[in-house]
Amino acid sequence: MNAGRPGGGGGGGGGGRRPFFRRRKSCPFSGPNAPKIDYKDVKLLGRFISERGKIVPSRITAVSSKKQRELTRAIKRARMLALLPFIVKT
Amino acid sequence: MALYESVFIARQDVSSSQVDGIADSLQKVIEDNGGQVAKREYWGLRNLSYKIKKNRKGHYALFNIEAPVEALREYERMMKLNEDILRYMTIKVDELDPEPSVVMQNKGRDRERGERGDRGDRGDRGDRGDRGGRGGRRFDERPPRDDGPRGDDDKPAAAASAETESAKTESAGADEAGKETEKAGDDA
Repeated sequence: MNAGRPGGGGGGGGGGRRPFFRRRKSCPFSGPNAPKIDYKDVKLLGRFISERGKIVPSRITAVSSKKQRELTRAIKRARMLALLPFIVKT
Repeated sequence: MALYESVFIARQDVSSSQVDGIADSLQKVIEDNGGQVAKREYWGLRNLSYKIKKNRKGHYALFNIEAPVEALREYERMMKLNEDILRYMTIKVDELDPEPSVVMQNKGRDRERGERGDRGDRGDRGDRGDRGGRGGRRFDERPPRDDGPRGDDDKPAAAASAETESAKTESAGADEAGKETEKAGDDA
């Protein structure tokens, strides 16, 4: 919630005045040497799942919605092959 | 003909040469039905993230396939029948990747790093705990005297004994506190 609001404020203009304004991060899968999303790349996918094994929302990881869809599919494929857990029990 | 990427997981009890044999027979199935295997990879015995049919580990193998649908159907049927294959997944892709996959690229490194990474994390957590203890001591501003420099048991006693002397040696105590933190930093 906190992370989302400043970003929205920045978009509306006048974000510079906010004390806790944080510049919106850019998508880690866009730009020149961005990694390719692949269900086999467990190390990469592991950065986008929570400690409990859930997929981290894009508003936190700043992945673009197009890439988030791709990422979700890759994570779900990796789960089917037991490369990633469905859930991590504590 | 369409392009496919297929991964299957074999039981942990079979040997890697047996897995090779299974892969051979599957490759033959595809080739007999008019397809071809562009690339074949054996990822080795890997830990499964969760148990599949009571197996904690499995042999992973990957095929890059160019084949008609009928060949794929037969190939999948054979895998379904094979008791040694725990799971398989075939995905249609737009283009096949001729390079060795990510898994093969850092197969040896990945394992080491994984283990080290885990241990590193645990180490970090330990450090954080220590910091908390130090912080508590600093808040008291009463460094333990000459007896035991650290340890949770010493802390309350030292704090209590220091309580009485605090008024007299305020400045000295502060100096000692500085030394104490330095010492602790060295130890950590």
